[in-house]
Amino acid sequence: MGGKGGLGLWTIDGGAAHDRVMPHDHSDHDHPHSLLPPDPALRVKALETILTQKGLIDPAALDEIIDTYENKIGPKNGAHVVARAWSDPDFKAALLENADPVLAEMGYYGRQGEHMVVVENTESVHNVIVCTLCSCYPWPLLGIPPGWYKSDAYRARAVREPRKVLAEFGVTLHKEQAVRVWDSTAEVRYLVLPKRPEGTDDMDEAALTALVTRDSMIGCGLAARP
Amino acid sequence: MRPEPVFEAPWHAQLFALTVHLNEAGHFAWSDWAERFGATLKRHGLEKELNGGDDYFMAWLATLETLLTETGAAEATALRDMRAAWEAAYLRTPHGAPVTLD
Repeated sequence: MGGKGGLGLWTIDGGAAHDRVMPHDHSDHDHPHSLLPPDPALRVKALETILTQKGLIDPAALDEIIDTYENKIGPKNGAHVVARAWSDPDFKAALLENADPVLAEMGYYGRQGEHMVVVENTESVHNVIVCTLCSCYPWPLLGIPPGWYKSDAYRARAVREPRKVLAEFGVTLHKEQAVRVWDSTAEVRYLVLPKRPEGTDDMDEAALTALVTRDSMIGCGLAARP
Repeated sequence: MRPEPVFEAPWHAQLFALTVHLNEAGHFAWSDWAERFGATLKRHGLEKELNGGDDYFMAWLATLETLLTETGAAEATALRDMRAAWEAAYLRTPHGAPVTLD
């Protein structure tokens, strides 16, 4: 809980003996009233209430959207695509050639995934995804981006010094391996097809899916070894 | 994989959903949103390096408030009054009871 309540107060102690406002009081008193949410939370509530009263939004739709991204859509979708690409050369060729129809067929399309480009990591090229403008990200395949993807630090440094950023993620590349950084936009979003780890020749698609991490599909990690 | 919460705070999730819903209801194009949001992030980022959590969603909130006041969907004074009404509601509601405006 940060001390940024709009009025600079968090707790009003209701006891008669100390009936006074206690600014920035973060201690564990009994709260006679509900804990006041932080300023931005109140502003979001205000927006919601006004828009609902005007009939511009449906509160149930908001719950549905949150449930979708908290529980239904996430990196598992992308992992499924990657594992299939590792297992099926024709699928992989089609995916790299023109991802949209391939992903649409798998049901991974829509909201912020309207135009997808899949870039393949190889012995000679390592791809990394960023959004320098804001945080464009392939929601249907990876869900909501992690905090670090949205941070100024990553958004600026992934372009300026990608090798250093990758090293901080624990990814060290060969000198001869080129790094390509793809800047996502509201129009085009990218997914990295990581290299299939060694020692996985006898694994089927389902088993391979478990090796595909979220970070490997952003390019800030490698697929896990079995 | 280590499970991480998708949204760090409930208001991040509410704000996200609100914006997505408004976009899908046709109130603004996502490309317009991304451009405005990018500009806010840049402005906020001049003062300090923004983290991808609260800082990020503060910029998001400022963008949405400005956008909606510009389109007339929500007036600035109405937003201020409604925020104050919610704050008053929290302060008068006993702990544990549902917080309502009336």
